[in-house]
Amino acid sequence: MVEHRRWNDILAYAILILGVFIVVFPVYVALIASTHDAATVVNGNMPMLPGSHTLENYYRAIFVGGSRASREPVGHMLMNSFVMAMGIALGKIVISILSAYAVVYFRFPFRQTAFWIIFVTLMLPVEVRIYPTYKVIADLKMLDTYAGLILPLIASATGTLLFRQFFMTIPDELLEASRIDGAGPFRFFKDTLLPLSVTTMAALFVIQFIYGWNQYLWPLLITTQESMQTIVTGIKKMLTTTDELAEWQLAMATAILAMLPPVAVVVFMQRLFVRGLVETEK
Amino acid sequence: MANVSLRNVRKTYPGGFEAIKGIDFEIGDGQFCVLVGPSGCGKSTLLRMVAGLETVTSGEVDIGGRVVNEIEPADRDIAMVFQNYALYPHMSVYNNMAYGLRNRGMPKPEIDTRVREAAQTLELAGMLDRKPRQLSGGQRQRVAMGRAIVRQPKVFLFDEPLSNLDAKLRVAMRVEIRKLQRRLKTTSIYVTHDQLEAMTLADILVVMNGGQVEQIGSPLDIYRKPATTFVASFIGAPPMNLIRLSGDEIRAQFAGDSRSAAETGILGVRPEDLAISSEATADGGITLNLTVEAIERVGAETFVYGTRARAEKAVSATPGELPEGEVIVRIPGQDAPAIGASIRATAPRDKLHLFSADGRNRIDI
Repeated sequence: MVEHRRWNDILAYAILILGVFIVVFPVYVALIASTHDAATVVNGNMPMLPGSHTLENYYRAIFVGGSRASREPVGHMLMNSFVMAMGIALGKIVISILSAYAVVYFRFPFRQTAFWIIFVTLMLPVEVRIYPTYKVIADLKMLDTYAGLILPLIASATGTLLFRQFFMTIPDELLEASRIDGAGPFRFFKDTLLPLSVTTMAALFVIQFIYGWNQYLWPLLITTQESMQTIVTGIKKMLTTTDELAEWQLAMATAILAMLPPVAVVVFMQRLFVRGLVETEK
Repeated sequence: MANVSLRNVRKTYPGGFEAIKGIDFEIGDGQFCVLVGPSGCGKSTLLRMVAGLETVTSGEVDIGGRVVNEIEPADRDIAMVFQNYALYPHMSVYNNMAYGLRNRGMPKPEIDTRVREAAQTLELAGMLDRKPRQLSGGQRQRVAMGRAIVRQPKVFLFDEPLSNLDAKLRVAMRVEIRKLQRRLKTTSIYVTHDQLEAMTLADILVVMNGGQVEQIGSPLDIYRKPATTFVASFIGAPPMNLIRLSGDEIRAQFAGDSRSAAETGILGVRPEDLAISSEATADGGITLNLTVEAIERVGAETFVYGTRARAEKAVSATPGELPEGEVIVRIPGQDAPAIGASIRATAPRDKLHLFSADGRNRIDI
């Protein structure tokens, strides 16, 4: 029995290690590639140990950009991506929590209809409604603006659903106690719902930040100026070259840099997550 | 300090369900009123109507001489203790109590005085910085009480506040609530389905059933003279034995009673009023010949469950807890007859209750 259990453990570890290896290896290759010069990367025999061009590559990627003058340096693209991801994450939290509050706590005509309309947008991701969305943003003269990057991606139902489910688990007595304590709708929202929602907000923030950060199609469509490019589209453009070698070492350095903010968000927010899970409120 | 009057209060839900079917009563200043009844009888709904959490379909709810039908809960000068306490999970004990006062714009020093005073009374002084989840059930219950006390309201409303506590704590808190109310002299309305809580706490007891009041009175009056078989079986534990009698039996039993016009009736006798004896029954009393089916020894007393030798059926009035034909005898001590033995249980005439055949009316004998 004990013997058996140990083999199970070994097997489980083996599978997990294999899984981690599969995921981590490409990242490792990217990391290595970002430390060599162009010639080493291009010749086809990728070394497995770091090279000596780390500082140079990262310096060029962040501040100078690729060898052609038209390309934005990564620093600015990171900035654009950050603004967009933050805008999407925060905007979505604000919109979702407010709409969920309305749908759960207020009796207004067509409340159910409103909820279902919000729900239906789940079935229409950006890719499906991309033409009309582009038209609207273009008509609003929002091409090549942060607003144009952010707004269309804020409107979707996931967050509203998440908060609705959470609000429905809050006992009605809490609302009733607030009413007796003289808290109106706004105070109840501010003093009770918001503090209770912190962990839900953290979860939504992480998901939406990464969702926003990884957007590719939409930024590609509506940004034409180099100065509005996000890092995900930027990496792709670094590799599309017509008559010269792609600067793989710079692209890989950029990819590594592009990974850092989402990783930082996950690492930082995970503490909130765990705290939320450990201290079960309610 | 205030009276609470309900005048022909009704509640009909949008679906057409009538939860409260016209209720009238008045609670005097400083009195402790207990609403008791089985689940679904409308007692909580009635309390929530007084609190302002449910709208009043018709009739008037009057607190301290002011009709409050259209007034927000916060402006009714009431405080409520909920069954699940409804403490704000993210606020400290101190803030839980202070929140309502802050919302009213009370100056900070006064809030502080009141909260600390209440904490002192409720033995929460050392826990003001804790969060509700760090407290035991009994302590949460106290915080919920504290939140009500600091408001110094005209009326306290309690919605089954003890039902989430374990049995021992429940008894202790029951006594505490009663003491506290005596000291503060605040008019209180207390909802419970526990008849023991109802009997021990109430100045006025309101027994409810199906959205209507069955009987109002002091707990002992209700115990001594239940107005209907419902009240008879609800108040008192174990419940009153109810035995359906034919007209002949009524005439025989209550010879010379002119009120035997009813063809049948229901005879009630409490388990504690029955005694096992072989002697002749005193004049006008009853004798039940029973076969012992089961014995329950509680320690200080013993419950004997017997079936009647003759075929008469005992009535079960809703919520009847007695199977047909079964009679409970409650005897002191631990000595009980053997199972299967035949016994005679007797009760004197002044301990008998007689009800009309439908159980809706008490017939004085």
